[in-house]
Amino acid sequence: MTQQTPNPAHIEYVTRIGDNALILGQRMSEWCGHAPVLEEDMALANMSLDLIGQARMLLTRAGQLEGKGRDEDQLAFLRTEMHYRNLTLCELPNADFGRTMVRNFLFASFQVLLWERLLASSDTELAAIAAKSLKEARYHAQHAGDWVVRLGDGTAESHERTQAALDYLWPYTAEFFAANPTDEAIAAAGIGPAWSELEAAWEAAVVPVLNEATLTVPARTPFKSYGKFGRHSEHLGHLLSEMQYLQRTYPGAQW
Amino acid sequence: MYTQALDIPQQSADKGPRVVENPAYQVEFDTKIDAGGYIEAKDWMPEAYRKTLIRQISQHAHSEIVGMLPEGNWITRAPTLKRKAILLAKVQDEGGHGLYLYAAAETLGVSRDELLEALHTGKAKYSSIFNYPTLTWADIGVIGWLVDGAAIMNQIPLCKCSYGPYARAMVRICKEESFHQRQGYDLLLQMMKGTEEQREMVQDAVNRWWWPSIMMFGPHDKDSVHSGQSARWGIKRISNDDLRQKFVDATVEQAKVLGVTMPDPELKWNAERGHHDFGAIDWDEFWNVVNGHGQGNVDRLAARVKAWDDGAWVREAALEHERKRAAREHQAA
Repeated sequence: MTQQTPNPAHIEYVTRIGDNALILGQRMSEWCGHAPVLEEDMALANMSLDLIGQARMLLTRAGQLEGKGRDEDQLAFLRTEMHYRNLTLCELPNADFGRTMVRNFLFASFQVLLWERLLASSDTELAAIAAKSLKEARYHAQHAGDWVVRLGDGTAESHERTQAALDYLWPYTAEFFAANPTDEAIAAAGIGPAWSELEAAWEAAVVPVLNEATLTVPARTPFKSYGKFGRHSEHLGHLLSEMQYLQRTYPGAQW
Repeated sequence: MYTQALDIPQQSADKGPRVVENPAYQVEFDTKIDAGGYIEAKDWMPEAYRKTLIRQISQHAHSEIVGMLPEGNWITRAPTLKRKAILLAKVQDEGGHGLYLYAAAETLGVSRDELLEALHTGKAKYSSIFNYPTLTWADIGVIGWLVDGAAIMNQIPLCKCSYGPYARAMVRICKEESFHQRQGYDLLLQMMKGTEEQREMVQDAVNRWWWPSIMMFGPHDKDSVHSGQSARWGIKRISNDDLRQKFVDATVEQAKVLGVTMPDPELKWNAERGHHDFGAIDWDEFWNVVNGHGQGNVDRLAARVKAWDDGAWVREAALEHERKRAAREHQAA
């Protein structure tokens, strides 16, 4: 690995993608053993595993770019809340299976578009990660999209639950596309897209599925969340205290 | 995982009217069994053979899915991303084992829903090892090493059991279990190379899991009521005590390499027998846990029932959506 001068925007951008995968992978793993049917227990564990795998590659890459010798585990387990760069949507509690599937659908649909663009990244490591992860994200979006349709266009109860999930989660999707200087620098360097560029394609991907699910797409509101800038919801702290428990309790131990 | 020897006396043989069986078919069945052949789903089989298999395979399937809970307890707290990924993959494999086994049971004319109903109402058993709590990260390694290790000893002979669908499921399951066992042992080796606190955690976990692990082979042969019939049918090929002895002999050597001791002062090599002797098993504890009085029985079952009940609206929605979709397709045609 050739060591270049650290580019803060590049580190930030890769960390953000890695933290999305880490935090959502952690959330999804909470389902293990508790899903509505055995097949979904396996699917959720499998997708969580995909995301943890992506997080490992991305945080390793972020550590290389940073050049301070931090590995995937130091980054995953030994940062404090304000240094995580995941989208707030990823850290929200799972709630019921409906909300879990709507979240996965909204997020994976975004990830698909991002990975597609990152295939051409000037960061060849990132491009290689994108090639592997794109297949996974496509499967996640398909899996969750199928469930959103089944649940939205299922029983009266499932429709109501799924609409409530969409109403709850939708405002957090504005954060995906919030413009910021990091994205501008990244786009200018050919490392990846500014996420705001993905908004139209994302809507074009998700809205037809939500329509097929007979769900009403909520209107945009003034609500804003800022997880990707390090200002999180109250939920992240609890997730981290659980996830970091062993590393924090036994500093320096090897596992 | 995970069978314990399931032929436990307190589950008495199936009662009910005696089915008059077809003697010609019986001869054909016996001949096939004696020749070491496989019985397949569509073959004639004695009713008691079918019932025994349904009981055994479904208990094994239930053990796999209940077994996801104690290990799942540590997924969110795994200490590194690599260990988290390994544990997730392992627990996912267990779900997969549950799935093959429910499918194998279904070939005997029973549905997965019926089997789950029996689990949820407490009519069906699962391996009582999963009623023990997982208290530290070392438990994850010890479950892989000892619990999966004991399960493999129990299960290898089942790869050659007389019922084809079960035997084939077990071939795949055993391969994955061996992998899990090595991963568990590797986790412990790493911890034993670490700090004093880590080594203490490993020893504590071994102290708690050793006896329950050797209980997984079930009652002594002299107390095991179904073993004779199961051996006759080629469902059980090696006795509980022989398997237990084999497990103890293999494990003692692995414990030395690891640097832990087993919580049994009577455990020692007997040159005359060519095996390790070990202390008396506390069968009262075994039966207490089997009969619902273990530390985790109530919570484990409640977690399974909750998952099922909480998921009812999802399963209903999937069926209703499919009904609507089919109706629309029919209308369009």
